[in-house]
Amino acid sequence: MRLSRLSLVLLCVALVAFGLMMVSPIDPVDAYLGPQMAQVSPEQRELIAQRWGFDEPPAVQFGHWLRQLVSGDLGWSHVYNQPVSEVIGQRFQRSIALLSGAWLLSALLGFSLGVVAGAKEGSRLDKVISTYAYLTASTPAFWLAILAVLLFSVTLGWTPTCCAGPTGTLSQNVTLATRLHHLVLPIATLALLGIANITLHTRARMLELMRSDVAIHAFAQGASRLDVAWRHGLRHASLPAITLAFASLGELFGGSILIEQVFAYPGLGQATVAAGLRSDVPLLLGIALFTALFVSVGNMIADTLYGVIDPRIKQGNL
Amino acid sequence: MLTIDQLSLQLPLYASWWKRDWATCLDAFSLTLSPGEVHAVVGASGAGKSLLAYSIMGLLPTPARLNGQLYYQGKPLDDIRQRQLRGRELALIPQSLSALDPLVRTQRQVAWAAQRAGQSSAHAWRSSQQALDHYQLDARAQQAYAHELSGGMARRVLTAMAHVSQAKLVIADEPSVGLDPHQRQRVLAALRGLADQGKTVMLITHDLRHALPIADRVTIMRNGKRVETAPANAFQGTGDSLTHDYSKALWQALPDNHFSTSETSRTPQLQQEANVA
Repeated sequence: MRLSRLSLVLLCVALVAFGLMMVSPIDPVDAYLGPQMAQVSPEQRELIAQRWGFDEPPAVQFGHWLRQLVSGDLGWSHVYNQPVSEVIGQRFQRSIALLSGAWLLSALLGFSLGVVAGAKEGSRLDKVISTYAYLTASTPAFWLAILAVLLFSVTLGWTPTCCAGPTGTLSQNVTLATRLHHLVLPIATLALLGIANITLHTRARMLELMRSDVAIHAFAQGASRLDVAWRHGLRHASLPAITLAFASLGELFGGSILIEQVFAYPGLGQATVAAGLRSDVPLLLGIALFTALFVSVGNMIADTLYGVIDPRIKQGNL
Repeated sequence: MLTIDQLSLQLPLYASWWKRDWATCLDAFSLTLSPGEVHAVVGASGAGKSLLAYSIMGLLPTPARLNGQLYYQGKPLDDIRQRQLRGRELALIPQSLSALDPLVRTQRQVAWAAQRAGQSSAHAWRSSQQALDHYQLDARAQQAYAHELSGGMARRVLTAMAHVSQAKLVIADEPSVGLDPHQRQRVLAALRGLADQGKTVMLITHDLRHALPIADRVTIMRNGKRVETAPANAFQGTGDSLTHDYSKALWQALPDNHFSTSETSRTPQLQQEANVA
């Protein structure tokens, strides 16, 4: 049941993405040719269009793509001149480091900050954390990224300005330390925004708990605020944190597109932009499907974790 | 054991957003509780019973004005001493079943209560088991979550949490509310058992009838004031040994006593309150 619902979601995502590409004003042949556009005769253009199947009606094109998909072939990316699955595979390897780093950092740091702020409501620490959270929650990711590049890469020179490794070096020869060095700033920028959201929600849940009957009863047993926060607070506050952390996977993907543009980091986000701008339908559909799958799996994990933490939420047989 | 001397409590009341009034919730309330007794504090809703409990435990919200003195075992019971004694000497059985953490298994919560009373974790685990066994909660109930327990079982878990702390003064806030007669008997018997061990039990309730079988003395409360403290056996017959009209009216208004409102028919407010009680 779950699986059939998931495939239905994926089909819808593919349909919408395909529809959007069809109404996009970018002509795939023009985009493919680029500056050589002027040197190509209309006959040659027609030949290219025929070769890629652009001359057929959209429904036929989509049906063709779907048939290929069922047999396990995601198609051919004309931007990278590689099978789509290979492009996604390579790019995702680089993106996963960025995404998982940012995700873990924002979830763990956001949760701990929220718990501390909520448990010590009204203290100076709480005020500092809340102010920080409100400020970063209202900051656009790309703007923060530009500022970070200007400050740390250009002015201070601490971190590289671009890419996943030094330019002109083969990727096999890049050491782990260099890779991490290139990742620090993108991860930090991407995480900074996720932190704020999770902190604010965790803090709100903590405040609610510290005033609840559960907390008053614990105080009546002689518990300190720390005791209540540790024994009861962590459990209660982890529910909104888990929801947000897994629901924000999609946002994280969106954020990574912007961040990868700013830092010129050759990950999946950059490939998405390239595919969109140059009308690479198979690649874009492939990425859309992959992202949807990724986010759905994230939500499924969150659903399962709920049941573990809150016994009142029982897994139904859906 | 516990002496309450001229206790007055005022809580802020916001008539409008710029004006703060103080509502008097306890008004020069005095009472002495002795060891080994079940002392029922009976009054209608809003009489200040629960706030009295919170004042003794030191769990009032911050903008409260508290005057008067509390003495526990002869020594003044101030904020610092309340903090030291909470969970060790003073225990509260809360009114609301939502005081149980819905995300934690029963036995673990009882063990936490024991740990908060100063027991080592291994010892706390053992004593939590004993306490739950004592209140006839089987292995399934011990491993259950709060939502899986019946109202009576949850009450007994809360009682076990007070019991496990070995506290000498137990305040039970409306422990029999919403229970069927059989479950109510078990909960009240558990409280009587605590008093028979030499502990002091303050039983807060709005239902005089349920308190009488287990109570030694009864204090009637009204509008934050003590109306009268009488031995439980004064509440029989026509209640002639009761000194105060309100106590008599309350007694005579009970269904077993023919819903009689003769004494109070002149004061409609009294009658209304007696019906609530």
